[in-house]
Amino acid sequence: MKKIEAIIREEKLDAVRKALEKNGHFGMTISEVSGRGRQKGIPLQWRVGEYQVDFLPKLKLEMVIADKDVPDAVRLITENARSGEIGDGKIFIMPVEEIIRVRTGETGDNAV
Amino acid sequence: MAINSGDTAWILISSALVMLMTPGVALFYGGMVRRKNILSTMMMSFAILGMVGLLWVLYGYSLSFGADNGGVIGGLDFLGLRGVGQEPSAVYATTVPHLAYMIFQAMFAIITVALITGAVVERIKFSALLIFSALWLTFVYAPVAHWVWGSGGWLSRLGALDFAGGTVVHICAGMSALALSLVLGPRKGFGNGSAMEPNNIPIVALGAGLLWFGWFGFNAGSALTAGGLASSAFVATNTSAAAAAFTWMFLSWLYRRPTLLGTATGAVAGLVAITPAAGFVPPLAGIPIGIGAAVVCYYCMILRTKWRVDESLDVWAVHGMGGTWGALATGLFASAAVNSAGADGLFFGNALLLGKQLIGIVTVWAFAFGVSWVIAKVIDMLFGLRVSPAEETVGLDISQHGERAYGSLLR
Repeated sequence: MKKIEAIIREEKLDAVRKALEKNGHFGMTISEVSGRGRQKGIPLQWRVGEYQVDFLPKLKLEMVIADKDVPDAVRLITENARSGEIGDGKIFIMPVEEIIRVRTGETGDNAV
Repeated sequence: MAINSGDTAWILISSALVMLMTPGVALFYGGMVRRKNILSTMMMSFAILGMVGLLWVLYGYSLSFGADNGGVIGGLDFLGLRGVGQEPSAVYATTVPHLAYMIFQAMFAIITVALITGAVVERIKFSALLIFSALWLTFVYAPVAHWVWGSGGWLSRLGALDFAGGTVVHICAGMSALALSLVLGPRKGFGNGSAMEPNNIPIVALGAGLLWFGWFGFNAGSALTAGGLASSAFVATNTSAAAAAFTWMFLSWLYRRPTLLGTATGAVAGLVAITPAAGFVPPLAGIPIGIGAAVVCYYCMILRTKWRVDESLDVWAVHGMGGTWGALATGLFASAAVNSAGADGLFFGNALLLGKQLIGIVTVWAFAFGVSWVIAKVIDMLFGLRVSPAEETVGLDISQHGERAYGSLLR
Protein backbone atom coordinates (compact mmCIF):
# COMPACT_ATOMS: atom_id res chain seq x y z
CA MET A 1 0.00 0.00 0.00
CA LYS A 2 1.17 3.49 -0.82
CA LYS A 3 0.14 6.95 0.22
CA ILE A 4 0.01 9.51 -2.56
CA GLU A 5 0.28 13.10 -1.48
CA ALA A 6 -0.22 15.53 -4.35
CA ILE A 7 0.03 19.31 -4.15
CA ILE A 8 -2.09 20.69 -6.98
CA ARG A 9 -3.63 23.91 -8.24
CA GLU A 10 -7.02 24.76 -6.76
CA GLU A 11 -8.58 25.07 -10.19
CA LYS A 12 -7.39 21.58 -11.24
CA LEU A 13 -9.22 19.68 -8.49
CA ASP A 14 -12.36 19.00 -10.49
CA ALA A 15 -10.49 17.53 -13.46
CA VAL A 16 -8.26 15.41 -11.22
CA ARG A 17 -11.16 14.09 -9.14
CA LYS A 18 -13.24 13.19 -12.21
CA ALA A 19 -10.35 11.37 -13.88
CA LEU A 20 -9.51 9.38 -10.75
CA GLU A 21 -13.15 8.51 -10.19
CA LYS A 22 -13.55 7.29 -13.78
CA ASN A 23 -10.76 4.76 -13.21
CA GLY A 24 -12.20 3.57 -9.91
CA HIS A 25 -10.11 5.59 -7.44
CA PHE A 26 -12.83 6.97 -5.17
CA GLY A 27 -11.29 7.70 -1.79
CA MET A 28 -9.34 10.86 -1.17
CA THR A 29 -8.87 13.65 1.36
CA ILE A 30 -8.46 17.29 0.33
CA SER A 31 -7.05 20.09 2.40
CA GLU A 32 -6.43 23.74 1.69
CA VAL A 33 -2.76 24.47 2.16
CA SER A 34 -0.36 27.35 1.57
CA GLY A 35 2.98 26.76 -0.02
CA ARG A 36 5.70 27.93 -2.32
CA GLY A 37 8.15 26.57 -4.80
CA ARG A 38 10.86 28.21 -6.85
CA GLN A 39 8.60 31.13 -7.79
CA LYS A 40 8.55 32.24 -4.13
CA GLY A 41 5.00 33.55 -3.94
CA ILE A 42 3.12 36.10 -6.05
CA PRO A 43 2.47 39.85 -6.03
CA LEU A 44 -1.10 41.02 -5.29
CA GLN A 45 -2.40 44.56 -5.80
CA TRP A 46 -2.81 47.10 -2.99
CA ARG A 47 -4.53 50.49 -3.37
CA VAL A 48 -1.48 51.59 -5.30
CA GLY A 49 1.25 49.21 -6.41
CA GLU A 50 1.44 45.71 -5.05
CA TYR A 51 2.66 43.58 -2.18
CA GLN A 52 4.28 40.16 -2.17
CA VAL A 53 2.36 37.16 -0.85
CA ASP A 54 4.96 34.64 0.26
CA PHE A 55 2.79 31.52 0.16
CA LEU A 56 0.25 30.60 -2.47
CA PRO A 57 -3.01 28.80 -1.84
CA LYS A 58 -2.83 25.20 -3.08
CA LEU A 59 -4.73 22.00 -2.46
CA LYS A 60 -3.24 18.89 -0.94
CA LEU A 61 -4.81 15.65 -2.18
CA GLU A 62 -4.08 12.55 -0.11
CA MET A 63 -5.06 9.01 -1.04
CA VAL A 64 -3.93 5.58 0.09
CA ILE A 65 -4.11 2.87 -2.60
CA ALA A 66 -2.85 -0.60 -3.43
CA ASP A 67 0.66 -0.79 -4.91
CA LYS A 68 -0.65 -1.96 -8.31
CA ASP A 69 -2.85 1.12 -8.67
CA VAL A 70 -0.05 3.62 -8.08
CA PRO A 71 1.18 4.10 -11.68
CA ASP A 72 -2.38 4.68 -12.95
CA ALA A 73 -3.23 7.20 -10.22
CA VAL A 74 0.02 9.08 -10.69
CA ARG A 75 -0.51 9.27 -14.45
CA LEU A 76 -4.06 10.59 -14.01
CA ILE A 77 -3.01 13.23 -11.49
CA THR A 78 -0.05 14.34 -13.58
CA GLU A 79 -2.06 14.60 -16.77
CA ASN A 80 -5.00 16.42 -15.24
CA ALA A 81 -3.21 18.76 -12.84
CA ARG A 82 -0.77 20.03 -15.45
CA SER A 83 -1.02 23.52 -16.95
CA GLY A 84 2.57 23.70 -18.13
CA GLU A 85 3.16 26.88 -16.13
CA ILE A 86 5.38 27.16 -13.09
CA GLY A 87 3.46 26.18 -9.94
CA ASP A 88 1.77 22.97 -11.10
CA GLY A 89 2.74 21.23 -7.85
CA LYS A 90 4.36 17.93 -6.90
CA ILE A 91 3.45 14.35 -6.08
CA PHE A 92 4.99 12.45 -3.17
CA ILE A 93 4.66 8.68 -2.76
CA MET A 94 5.36 6.90 0.51
CA PRO A 95 4.90 3.41 1.92
CA VAL A 96 2.00 2.72 4.28
CA GLU A 97 2.47 0.15 7.04
CA GLU A 98 -1.17 -0.63 7.73
CA ILE A 99 -4.71 0.50 7.01
CA ILE A 100 -7.65 -0.18 9.30
CA ARG A 101 -11.23 0.58 8.30
CA VAL A 102 -12.82 1.99 11.45
CA ARG A 103 -16.34 0.71 10.78
CA THR A 104 -15.45 -2.97 10.24
CA GLY A 105 -11.94 -3.42 11.51
CA GLU A 106 -10.83 -4.75 8.10
CA THR A 107 -7.13 -4.30 7.42
CA GLY A 108 -4.62 -4.20 4.56
CA ASP A 109 -5.73 -4.16 0.90
CA ASN A 110 -9.30 -4.97 1.99
CA ALA A 111 -9.46 -1.64 3.73
CA VAL A 112 -8.19 0.42 0.79
CA MET B 1 -36.73 82.73 13.41
CA ALA B 2 -39.38 80.02 13.49
CA ILE B 3 -38.60 76.34 13.37
CA ASN B 4 -39.11 74.81 9.92
CA SER B 5 -40.23 71.21 10.21
CA GLY B 6 -38.80 70.18 6.81
CA ASP B 7 -35.39 71.58 7.69
CA THR B 8 -35.50 69.99 11.13
CA ALA B 9 -36.39 66.58 9.74
CA TRP B 10 -33.55 66.82 7.22
CA ILE B 11 -30.95 67.87 9.79
CA LEU B 12 -31.95 65.09 12.20
CA ILE B 13 -31.82 62.50 9.41
CA SER B 14 -28.51 63.92 8.21
CA SER B 15 -27.12 63.64 11.73
CA ALA B 16 -28.06 59.97 11.75
CA LEU B 17 -26.49 59.52 8.29
CA VAL B 18 -23.23 61.08 9.43
CA MET B 19 -23.28 58.96 12.59
CA LEU B 20 -23.34 55.83 10.40
CA MET B 21 -20.15 56.95 8.67
CA THR B 22 -18.05 56.19 11.75
CA PRO B 23 -18.97 52.48 11.79
CA GLY B 24 -18.30 52.82 8.04
CA VAL B 25 -14.77 53.99 8.83
CA ALA B 26 -14.42 51.07 11.25
CA LEU B 27 -15.24 48.58 8.48
CA PHE B 28 -13.27 50.43 5.81
CA TYR B 29 -10.11 50.42 7.93
CA GLY B 30 -10.81 47.11 9.66
CA GLY B 31 -10.81 45.14 6.42
CA MET B 32 -7.47 46.57 5.33
CA VAL B 33 -5.34 45.43 8.27
CA ARG B 34 -4.03 41.94 9.00
CA ARG B 35 -6.54 39.56 10.56
CA LYS B 36 -4.94 39.75 14.01
CA ASN B 37 -5.72 43.48 14.19
CA ILE B 38 -9.21 43.87 12.70
CA LEU B 39 -10.97 44.19 16.05
CA SER B 40 -8.51 46.70 17.48
CA THR B 41 -8.83 48.77 14.31
CA MET B 42 -12.63 48.77 14.46
CA MET B 43 -12.59 49.29 18.22
CA MET B 44 -10.82 52.63 17.78
CA SER B 45 -13.79 54.01 15.85
CA PHE B 46 -16.37 52.63 18.27
CA ALA B 47 -14.49 53.89 21.33
CA ILE B 48 -14.36 57.32 19.71
CA LEU B 49 -18.12 57.18 19.09
CA GLY B 50 -18.43 56.77 22.83
CA MET B 51 -15.80 59.20 24.05
CA VAL B 52 -16.25 62.09 21.63
CA GLY B 53 -20.04 61.73 21.86
CA LEU B 54 -19.65 62.61 25.55
CA LEU B 55 -16.93 65.24 25.30
CA TRP B 56 -18.82 67.08 22.59
CA VAL B 57 -21.97 67.70 24.65
CA LEU B 58 -19.92 68.47 27.78
CA TYR B 59 -17.56 71.08 26.31
CA GLY B 60 -16.59 70.42 22.68
CA TYR B 61 -19.57 72.15 21.17
CA SER B 62 -19.01 75.19 23.35
CA LEU B 63 -15.33 75.52 22.41
CA SER B 64 -16.23 75.34 18.72
CA PHE B 65 -19.46 77.29 18.58
CA GLY B 66 -19.61 79.32 21.81
CA ALA B 67 -19.26 83.12 21.84
CA ASP B 68 -16.18 84.15 19.87
CA ASN B 69 -12.87 85.01 21.53
CA GLY B 70 -10.71 86.95 19.08
CA GLY B 71 -11.68 84.73 16.14
CA VAL B 72 -9.66 81.90 17.64
CA ILE B 73 -11.86 79.82 19.96
CA GLY B 74 -15.42 79.68 21.25
CA GLY B 75 -16.30 80.55 24.85
CA LEU B 76 -17.66 78.37 27.62
CA ASP B 77 -21.21 79.68 27.41
CA PHE B 78 -22.57 76.40 25.98
CA LEU B 79 -20.75 74.25 28.56
CA GLY B 80 -22.88 71.17 29.29
CA LEU B 81 -25.34 72.37 26.63
CA ARG B 82 -26.39 75.34 28.78
CA GLY B 83 -28.62 77.49 26.58
CA VAL B 84 -28.70 74.91 23.79
CA GLY B 85 -32.33 73.90 23.64
CA GLN B 86 -35.36 73.29 21.49
CA GLU B 87 -35.41 76.85 20.16
CA PRO B 88 -33.18 77.73 17.21
CA SER B 89 -29.84 79.43 17.78
CA ALA B 90 -29.72 83.10 16.81
CA VAL B 91 -26.76 82.59 14.48
CA TYR B 92 -26.42 78.91 13.45
CA ALA B 93 -29.04 77.08 11.35
CA THR B 94 -31.78 79.44 12.44
CA THR B 95 -34.67 77.30 11.19
CA VAL B 96 -33.94 74.18 13.24
CA PRO B 97 -33.71 73.57 17.00
CA HIS B 98 -30.29 74.45 18.39
CA LEU B 99 -30.05 70.89 19.73
CA ALA B 100 -30.41 69.50 16.20
CA TYR B 101 -27.57 71.67 14.91
CA MET B 102 -25.43 70.72 17.91
CA ILE B 103 -25.87 66.96 17.37
CA PHE B 104 -25.25 67.33 13.62
CA GLN B 105 -21.92 68.96 14.50
CA ALA B 106 -21.22 66.23 17.08
CA MET B 107 -21.19 63.60 14.33
CA PHE B 108 -18.59 65.60 12.37
CA ALA B 109 -16.31 65.81 15.40
CA ILE B 110 -16.64 62.06 16.00
CA ILE B 111 -15.81 60.97 12.47
CA THR B 112 -12.90 63.40 12.17
CA VAL B 113 -11.20 61.87 15.20
CA ALA B 114 -11.96 58.37 13.89
CA LEU B 115 -10.39 59.13 10.50
CA ILE B 116 -6.98 59.70 12.11
CA THR B 117 -6.86 56.16 13.47
CA GLY B 118 -6.04 54.74 10.02
CA ALA B 119 -2.51 56.11 10.36
CA VAL B 120 -1.61 54.20 13.50
CA VAL B 121 -3.32 50.82 13.25
CA GLU B 122 -1.62 47.57 14.27
CA ARG B 123 0.81 49.13 16.80
CA ILE B 124 -0.64 51.98 18.89
CA LYS B 125 -1.46 51.36 22.53
CA PHE B 126 -5.23 51.65 22.95
CA SER B 127 -5.03 53.81 26.08
CA ALA B 128 -2.60 56.17 24.35
CA LEU B 129 -4.97 56.50 21.40
CA LEU B 130 -7.82 57.51 23.73
CA ILE B 131 -5.69 60.16 25.42
CA PHE B 132 -4.50 61.48 22.07
CA SER B 133 -8.07 61.61 20.75
CA ALA B 134 -9.40 63.59 23.72
CA LEU B 135 -6.53 66.10 23.59
CA TRP B 136 -6.75 66.35 19.81
CA LEU B 137 -10.48 67.13 19.91
CA THR B 138 -9.79 69.88 22.43
CA PHE B 139 -6.68 71.49 20.99
CA VAL B 140 -6.97 70.88 17.24
CA TYR B 141 -10.53 70.15 16.17
CA ALA B 142 -12.38 72.62 18.39
CA PRO B 143 -10.26 75.66 17.41
CA VAL B 144 -10.21 74.85 13.69
CA ALA B 145 -13.98 74.23 13.65
CA HIS B 146 -14.36 77.63 15.32
CA TRP B 147 -12.07 79.37 12.80
CA VAL B 148 -14.02 78.03 9.84
CA TRP B 149 -17.62 77.63 11.03
CA GLY B 150 -17.87 79.49 14.33
CA SER B 151 -19.58 82.87 14.31
CA GLY B 152 -16.66 85.33 14.30
CA GLY B 153 -14.03 82.70 13.45
CA TRP B 154 -11.12 84.30 11.62
CA LEU B 155 -11.17 82.08 8.52
CA SER B 156 -14.89 82.56 8.06
CA ARG B 157 -14.46 86.35 8.42
CA LEU B 158 -11.66 86.19 5.87
CA GLY B 159 -14.09 84.61 3.43
CA ALA B 160 -12.41 81.21 2.99
CA LEU B 161 -15.07 78.71 1.95
CA ASP B 162 -15.53 75.26 3.44
CA PHE B 163 -19.02 73.92 2.84
CA ALA B 164 -18.94 70.66 4.80
CA GLY B 165 -15.46 70.25 6.22
CA GLY B 166 -12.73 69.89 3.62
CA THR B 167 -10.47 71.91 5.88
CA VAL B 168 -11.97 71.26 9.31
CA VAL B 169 -12.44 67.54 8.85
CA HIS B 170 -10.19 66.23 6.09
CA ILE B 171 -7.11 68.45 6.00
CA CYS B 172 -7.12 68.48 9.79
CA ALA B 173 -7.38 64.67 10.07
CA GLY B 174 -4.89 64.03 7.26
CA MET B 175 -2.10 66.28 8.52
CA SER B 176 -2.60 65.13 12.10
CA ALA B 177 -2.48 61.50 10.99
CA LEU B 178 0.88 62.11 9.31
CA ALA B 179 2.29 63.78 12.44
CA LEU B 180 1.05 61.04 14.77
CA SER B 181 2.40 58.25 12.55
CA LEU B 182 5.82 59.93 12.38
CA VAL B 183 6.08 60.11 16.16
CA LEU B 184 4.75 56.58 16.57
CA GLY B 185 7.05 54.99 13.96
CA PRO B 186 6.43 52.17 11.49
CA ARG B 187 4.96 48.74 12.14
CA LYS B 188 7.37 45.88 12.72
CA GLY B 189 8.35 44.50 9.35
CA PHE B 190 7.16 47.55 7.41
CA GLY B 191 9.14 48.05 4.21
CA ASN B 192 11.28 44.92 4.47
CA GLY B 193 9.16 42.73 2.25
CA SER B 194 6.88 41.42 4.95
CA ALA B 195 3.35 41.12 3.53
CA MET B 196 0.78 43.32 5.25
CA GLU B 197 -2.16 41.57 3.66
CA PRO B 198 -5.66 43.06 4.00
CA ASN B 199 -7.78 40.50 5.84
CA ASN B 200 -11.17 41.20 4.28
CA ILE B 201 -11.71 43.36 1.21
CA PRO B 202 -15.51 42.76 1.13
CA ILE B 203 -15.63 44.51 4.53
CA VAL B 204 -13.64 47.40 3.07
CA ALA B 205 -16.19 47.70 0.26
CA LEU B 206 -19.08 47.62 2.72
CA GLY B 207 -17.41 50.37 4.75
CA ALA B 208 -16.88 52.47 1.64
CA GLY B 209 -20.54 51.95 0.77
CA LEU B 210 -21.67 53.16 4.19
CA LEU B 211 -19.35 56.16 3.87
CA TRP B 212 -20.76 57.05 0.44
CA PHE B 213 -24.33 56.72 1.83
CA GLY B 214 -23.62 58.73 4.97
CA TRP B 215 -21.80 61.41 3.01
CA PHE B 216 -25.15 62.64 1.63
CA GLY B 217 -25.97 63.70 5.18
CA PHE B 218 -22.51 65.16 5.59
CA ASN B 219 -22.61 67.34 2.47
CA ALA B 220 -26.27 67.83 1.57
CA GLY B 221 -27.07 68.14 5.29
CA SER B 222 -24.55 70.97 5.52
CA ALA B 223 -26.99 73.10 3.51
CA LEU B 224 -28.83 73.17 6.87
CA THR B 225 -32.08 73.57 4.94
CA ALA B 226 -34.13 71.01 3.03
CA GLY B 227 -34.31 72.62 -0.37
CA GLY B 228 -32.52 73.49 -3.57
CA LEU B 229 -29.09 73.96 -2.05
CA ALA B 230 -29.21 70.56 -0.34
CA SER B 231 -30.23 68.99 -3.65
CA SER B 232 -27.40 70.71 -5.50
CA ALA B 233 -24.85 69.56 -2.92
CA PHE B 234 -26.30 66.03 -3.05
CA VAL B 235 -25.84 65.78 -6.83
CA ALA B 236 -22.35 67.30 -6.72
CA THR B 237 -21.39 64.77 -4.02
CA ASN B 238 -22.56 61.72 -5.92
CA THR B 239 -21.04 62.97 -9.18
CA SER B 240 -17.63 63.48 -7.63
CA ALA B 241 -17.67 60.09 -5.90
CA ALA B 242 -18.63 58.40 -9.16
CA ALA B 243 -15.96 60.22 -11.18
CA ALA B 244 -13.23 59.43 -8.65
CA ALA B 245 -14.19 55.75 -8.21
CA PHE B 246 -14.18 55.27 -11.98
CA THR B 247 -10.89 57.13 -12.42
CA TRP B 248 -9.11 55.13 -9.69
CA MET B 249 -10.42 51.94 -11.27
CA PHE B 250 -8.69 52.89 -14.52
CA LEU B 251 -5.50 53.91 -12.71
CA SER B 252 -5.23 50.45 -11.15
CA TRP B 253 -6.15 48.91 -14.50
CA LEU B 254 -3.30 50.79 -16.15
CA TYR B 255 -1.03 49.36 -13.49
CA ARG B 256 -2.33 45.77 -13.83
CA ARG B 257 -5.95 44.96 -13.04
CA PRO B 258 -8.98 47.02 -11.94
CA THR B 259 -9.19 46.35 -8.19
CA LEU B 260 -12.17 46.60 -5.84
CA LEU B 261 -9.90 48.00 -3.13
CA GLY B 262 -8.77 50.76 -5.49
CA THR B 263 -12.26 51.57 -6.72
CA ALA B 264 -13.61 51.80 -3.16
CA THR B 265 -10.68 54.01 -2.19
CA GLY B 266 -11.33 56.20 -5.21
CA ALA B 267 -14.94 56.74 -4.15
CA VAL B 268 -13.79 57.92 -0.74
CA ALA B 269 -11.21 60.26 -2.33
CA GLY B 270 -13.93 61.79 -4.50
CA LEU B 271 -16.20 62.27 -1.50
CA VAL B 272 -13.40 63.94 0.43
CA ALA B 273 -12.58 66.38 -2.36
CA ILE B 274 -16.18 67.47 -3.00
CA THR B 275 -16.78 68.10 0.72
CA PRO B 276 -15.60 71.73 0.89
CA ALA B 277 -17.11 72.47 -2.53
CA ALA B 278 -20.45 70.63 -2.52
CA GLY B 279 -22.75 73.59 -1.84
CA PHE B 280 -20.68 76.26 -3.60
CA VAL B 281 -20.06 74.73 -7.03
CA PRO B 282 -22.37 73.72 -9.90
CA PRO B 283 -23.20 69.99 -9.58
CA LEU B 284 -21.26 69.01 -12.71
CA ALA B 285 -18.09 70.50 -11.24
CA GLY B 286 -18.16 67.17 -9.38
CA ILE B 287 -16.68 65.56 -12.50
CA PRO B 288 -13.36 67.45 -12.69
CA ILE B 289 -13.15 67.57 -8.88
CA GLY B 290 -13.64 63.80 -8.67
CA ILE B 291 -11.18 62.97 -11.45
CA GLY B 292 -8.63 65.32 -9.89
CA ALA B 293 -9.16 63.72 -6.47
CA ALA B 294 -8.40 60.22 -7.74
CA VAL B 295 -5.25 61.34 -9.53
CA VAL B 296 -3.98 63.48 -6.63
CA CYS B 297 -4.63 60.83 -3.96
CA TYR B 298 -3.28 57.96 -6.08
CA TYR B 299 0.05 59.67 -6.67
CA CYS B 300 0.25 60.94 -3.08
CA MET B 301 -0.02 57.30 -1.94
CA ILE B 302 2.85 56.37 -4.23
CA LEU B 303 4.82 59.32 -2.87
CA ARG B 304 4.12 58.29 0.73
CA THR B 305 5.29 54.77 -0.07
CA LYS B 306 8.48 56.16 -1.61
CA TRP B 307 9.13 58.21 1.53
CA ARG B 308 8.90 54.89 3.40
CA VAL B 309 6.61 56.48 5.98
CA ASP B 310 4.22 53.98 7.57
CA GLU B 311 1.15 56.19 7.59
CA SER B 312 -0.55 52.88 7.29
CA LEU B 313 -3.94 53.45 5.66
CA ASP B 314 -3.07 56.70 3.87
CA VAL B 315 -5.15 59.19 5.82
CA TRP B 316 -2.73 61.90 4.70
CA ALA B 317 -2.96 60.97 1.02
CA VAL B 318 -6.74 60.54 0.88
CA HIS B 319 -8.00 63.05 3.44
CA GLY B 320 -5.13 65.51 3.77
CA MET B 321 -4.30 65.82 0.10
CA GLY B 322 -7.80 65.03 -1.18
CA GLY B 323 -9.09 67.74 1.16
CA THR B 324 -6.42 70.13 -0.05
CA TRP B 325 -7.36 69.53 -3.67
CA GLY B 326 -11.04 70.02 -2.75
CA ALA B 327 -10.33 73.32 -0.97
CA LEU B 328 -8.34 74.57 -3.98
CA ALA B 329 -11.00 73.33 -6.37
CA THR B 330 -13.59 75.30 -4.39
CA GLY B 331 -11.51 78.39 -5.20
CA LEU B 332 -11.66 77.42 -8.88
CA PHE B 333 -15.23 76.21 -9.43
CA ALA B 334 -17.28 78.16 -6.83
CA SER B 335 -20.13 80.24 -8.20
CA ALA B 336 -22.22 82.79 -6.32
CA ALA B 337 -25.11 81.80 -8.57
CA VAL B 338 -25.21 78.39 -6.85
CA ASN B 339 -25.08 79.76 -3.31
CA SER B 340 -25.43 83.45 -2.54
CA ALA B 341 -23.62 82.88 0.75
CA GLY B 342 -20.60 81.70 -1.25
CA ALA B 343 -18.48 83.52 -3.79
CA ASP B 344 -17.25 83.29 -7.38
CA GLY B 345 -14.08 81.28 -7.92
CA LEU B 346 -11.27 81.72 -10.45
CA PHE B 347 -13.28 80.23 -13.33
CA PHE B 348 -16.02 82.77 -12.64
CA GLY B 349 -13.61 85.67 -12.71
CA ASN B 350 -12.53 85.98 -9.08
CA ALA B 351 -8.92 85.01 -8.36
CA LEU B 352 -9.12 86.42 -4.84
CA LEU B 353 -11.08 83.42 -3.52
CA LEU B 354 -8.25 81.07 -4.49
CA GLY B 355 -5.87 83.15 -2.38
CA LYS B 356 -8.20 82.95 0.61
CA GLN B 357 -8.51 79.20 0.17
CA LEU B 358 -4.71 78.93 0.13
CA ILE B 359 -4.42 80.85 3.39
CA GLY B 360 -6.91 78.48 4.99
CA ILE B 361 -5.13 75.39 3.65
CA VAL B 362 -1.62 76.39 4.67
CA THR B 363 -2.63 77.57 8.14
CA VAL B 364 -4.57 74.42 8.93
CA TRP B 365 -1.77 72.22 7.51
CA ALA B 366 0.74 73.80 9.83
CA PHE B 367 -1.53 74.07 12.87
CA ALA B 368 -2.90 70.51 12.71
CA PHE B 369 0.49 68.96 11.99
CA GLY B 370 2.32 70.99 14.63
CA VAL B 371 -0.12 70.62 17.50
CA SER B 372 -0.68 66.92 16.80
CA TRP B 373 3.07 66.31 16.76
CA VAL B 374 3.46 68.02 20.15
CA ILE B 375 0.52 66.12 21.69
CA ALA B 376 1.91 62.82 20.37
CA LYS B 377 5.42 63.57 21.69
CA VAL B 378 4.10 64.45 25.14
CA ILE B 379 2.00 61.29 25.37
CA ASP B 380 4.94 59.22 24.14
CA MET B 381 7.21 60.65 26.85
CA LEU B 382 4.67 60.31 29.66
CA PHE B 383 2.95 56.99 28.90
CA GLY B 384 4.44 55.52 25.71
CA LEU B 385 2.49 55.40 22.46
CA ARG B 386 3.35 51.89 21.33
CA VAL B 387 2.51 48.41 22.44
CA SER B 388 5.47 46.12 23.24
CA PRO B 389 7.11 44.21 20.35
CA ALA B 390 5.63 40.96 21.66
CA GLU B 391 2.14 42.45 21.83
CA GLU B 392 2.55 43.77 18.30
CA THR B 393 3.57 40.35 16.98
CA VAL B 394 0.65 38.60 18.68
CA GLY B 395 -1.70 41.25 17.34
CA LEU B 396 -3.64 44.00 19.05
CA ASP B 397 -6.93 42.09 19.09
CA ILE B 398 -5.59 39.67 21.68
CA SER B 399 -3.04 41.92 23.40
CA GLN B 400 -5.17 45.06 23.77
CA HIS B 401 -8.70 43.71 23.85
CA GLY B 402 -8.55 40.03 24.79
CA GLU B 403 -10.74 38.90 21.92
CA ARG B 404 -10.36 37.60 18.39
CA ALA B 405 -12.38 38.24 15.28
CA TYR B 406 -12.81 34.73 13.94
CA GLY B 407 -13.60 31.68 16.05
CA SER B 408 -11.80 28.46 15.24
CA LEU B 409 -13.43 25.19 14.30
CA LEU B 410 -11.27 23.23 16.72
CA ARG B 411 -11.19 25.27 19.92
